[in-house]
Amino acid sequence: MTDTQTLSGRKPGGALARWFSMLWADKFAFFAALFLLLALLCALFGPLLLEAVATKQNLRGRNAPPFDLARGWIYILGADALGRPLLARIVVAAQNTMLVAGAAVLASSLVGGTLGLVAGYSRRSASQWIMRLGDVIMSFPSLLLAVIVLYMLEPSVANIVLVLAVTRIPIYLRTTRAEVLEVRERMFVQAATVMGASHRRIVFRHILPVILPTLVTIATLDFAFVMLAESSLSFLGIGIQAPEITWGLMVSQGRPYLTNAWWLSFWPGLAIILTTLSLNLLSNWMRIALDPTQRWRLEMGGRRNG
Amino acid sequence: MAEHLLEVRGLSVEFHTAAGTVNAVQDVSWHLDRGETLAILGESGSGKSVSASAIMNLIDMPPGRITAGAILFNGRDMLAMDAEERRAINGAKIAMIFQDPLAHLNPVYAVGWQICEMMTTHGTPGAEARRRALDLLERVGIPQPEAAMRKYPFQFSGGQRQRLMIAMALACKPDILIADEPTTALDVTVQAQVLELLKALQQETGMGLLLITHDLGVVAEIADRVVVMNGGSIVETGKAAAVYRNPQHPYTRKLIDAAPGKGAMPEGRERRGEPLVKAVGLHKHYGLFHALKGIDLAIMPGETVAVVGESGSGKSTLARAMLRLDDPDGGEILYRGRDLLAMTPRELFGLRRDLQMVFQDPTQSLNPRMTVFQLISEAWVIHPDILPKARWREKVAELLVKVGLKPDMAGRYPHQFSGGQRQRIAIARALAMEPKLIVCDEAVSALDVSIQAQVIALLDGLRREFGLSYLFIAHDLPVVRDFADRVIVMKAGEIVEEGPVRQIFDAPQHPYTRALLAASLDPDPDIQAARRAARNLEEGRVTA
Repeated sequence: MTDTQTLSGRKPGGALARWFSMLWADKFAFFAALFLLLALLCALFGPLLLEAVATKQNLRGRNAPPFDLARGWIYILGADALGRPLLARIVVAAQNTMLVAGAAVLASSLVGGTLGLVAGYSRRSASQWIMRLGDVIMSFPSLLLAVIVLYMLEPSVANIVLVLAVTRIPIYLRTTRAEVLEVRERMFVQAATVMGASHRRIVFRHILPVILPTLVTIATLDFAFVMLAESSLSFLGIGIQAPEITWGLMVSQGRPYLTNAWWLSFWPGLAIILTTLSLNLLSNWMRIALDPTQRWRLEMGGRRNG
Repeated sequence: MAEHLLEVRGLSVEFHTAAGTVNAVQDVSWHLDRGETLAILGESGSGKSVSASAIMNLIDMPPGRITAGAILFNGRDMLAMDAEERRAINGAKIAMIFQDPLAHLNPVYAVGWQICEMMTTHGTPGAEARRRALDLLERVGIPQPEAAMRKYPFQFSGGQRQRLMIAMALACKPDILIADEPTTALDVTVQAQVLELLKALQQETGMGLLLITHDLGVVAEIADRVVVMNGGSIVETGKAAAVYRNPQHPYTRKLIDAAPGKGAMPEGRERRGEPLVKAVGLHKHYGLFHALKGIDLAIMPGETVAVVGESGSGKSTLARAMLRLDDPDGGEILYRGRDLLAMTPRELFGLRRDLQMVFQDPTQSLNPRMTVFQLISEAWVIHPDILPKARWREKVAELLVKVGLKPDMAGRYPHQFSGGQRQRIAIARALAMEPKLIVCDEAVSALDVSIQAQVIALLDGLRREFGLSYLFIAHDLPVVRDFADRVIVMKAGEIVEEGPVRQIFDAPQHPYTRALLAASLDPDPDIQAARRAARNLEEGRVTA
């Protein structure tokens, strides 16, 4: 009888050190995590420190080009149409952006995931109702929904989050349901049934851990989508409004100047791309790290096989 | 020296994996002549398929790497050829059939088209390819070849699909046919037919047949010579009968001893008193399909009842019905006199403890994201009254020892174990419930013979120790011979014969039972030859 050798030679230092060494093993994921930490710090403390600088107009420095240190380091990325330093604005905008996108993604994945679990697991008419609800949301133009809702209600941060979350629910709903339908028929779920496990236990202990990595991956992809959707709402005049700022809003504000001052849209766009990319890399790492059958790839250290 | 049709000389292949470099095969040499059948016999992980993969250029490189050796086809080294030359040989000169024909037939094309494609890619004109495809379908025994050409793979049975694969492989009149576990996925009666077909085709065409198998019975039935592999090296090679009669290497001896169906049959015990579980008139429909047609059965405390039948006989449906995984449409299941089907979920929950199940494939029945400790202790999470939490660790260790594993394995995940070890974990999990009855649904079918024997011995020992009852579902008669008290033979949803094990094996009454017994392959080549002769005689009488 051959015996696959144990790979996890448990080192002293506890779980935290183990996770850190697994993160270090994947350099891309490590730097992604660093960048996200930076973005998070910006979101938390940016407005506190740079609010005044970010809103101070300086008409002599309109559309000041980047990499010019003559006006001071804060203008390193250039200035916008009203001469406000882009670096400071990006840092300050991180808060609103993260708040809106994060809350919307969290809400839609929670609601969509839960409904998907119910729809996939129950064999009764509840599943049909949930799926038709998803179809209704999907067939309704999301922008139209946004216009109607935000026209009737105040265009506040909470309402924007609500609209964005509702329109993204079907994505999670359908994916979760499809995965649950497949996982539910697996042997180990039946083995749990034979042991007399409750429905709650089967769903949360046996089904959810298998489908969670998929949901996390979709959520990170969706993060970027929601950031851009939020900016198009701002463009229509029903999203976040100036003087409040988000990265998406900055991109759309820079659009008229694209031909002569590309940096107005470029830097906030870069911030969006880097955030999404980092989230993606990190979720990819997490998928491997959370899967006991894949974990060896990280525990082996840098060099990857196969 | 006469040149061999195919010769493998000193082949070594290594794979780079997580655990470092693994030598899949080391210094393997064998040869195959025209009109000869060579069997490569080995258990999973023995490297028996690697040399065939190397011949067909199927080894992924990297991570695989051929480090040494040569493969001579008609005297030319295939490893030195370029990709173009090898493509010309693959399929045309050397063809291959696989274990699972459904996975190797494209589901969206008609089978006639797929057989023709095989020939047209090697330069046969379309009309001629079609004519030959028809011939082939007829030759491999597909009924109504004309209509079959237009059908899709899913419209055929498992045995027919394997015949289609054989037809496809023979399309270009190959010199060599490589068959990788060609009958493992088939029922015994179908297996016998497919092997017979292979043998007949070989005699007609004079091709060399290379058979890769784990089954001594298949070797006995068809092989001229046998190569026994273990751990990536050849341990023994010789004439099939000679190797069986007089095995030289200890591994070969162990393999032959482990073959089921040779030990003493257990004496049928007296059936007195109240049965533990009793099923009366069970019916189950799946749409129009009548899966169970009024099944009656009774299991006494401490008794092992085996249910044997081929695929589609309803034996798994029966197992699932007994545990209420699928509710039957009619009849009743009495557990100690109480009707299981009429119970409320709450009452049933209490009974779940007493009725446990071990599934066919431990890879799938163990949650891959739980450690062994979590898997086994889940029983006590669900039924907290069995054991106080403080004693869980101790009890898990005890159960692991009981099923032949080490207590320090509790922290590992299922993928870190071999197939046999995983099935032991599944058994330990069932035992954690302290059940009265364990339903084993093909619990040893997916395991290697030597491990099969170990697991059966384990189950037998546990029965004695705890007074367990088993409902043992199997498709293979020899497996249940040494183990079961009573045997139930099922066919098409009905019980065709039932009785103590001795009666079933020594004096089978129903023709179907007799057919099953005749079709199951004995590891002894001489017995197999005698059976074959008897079969031919009978057929001769029928046709005469």
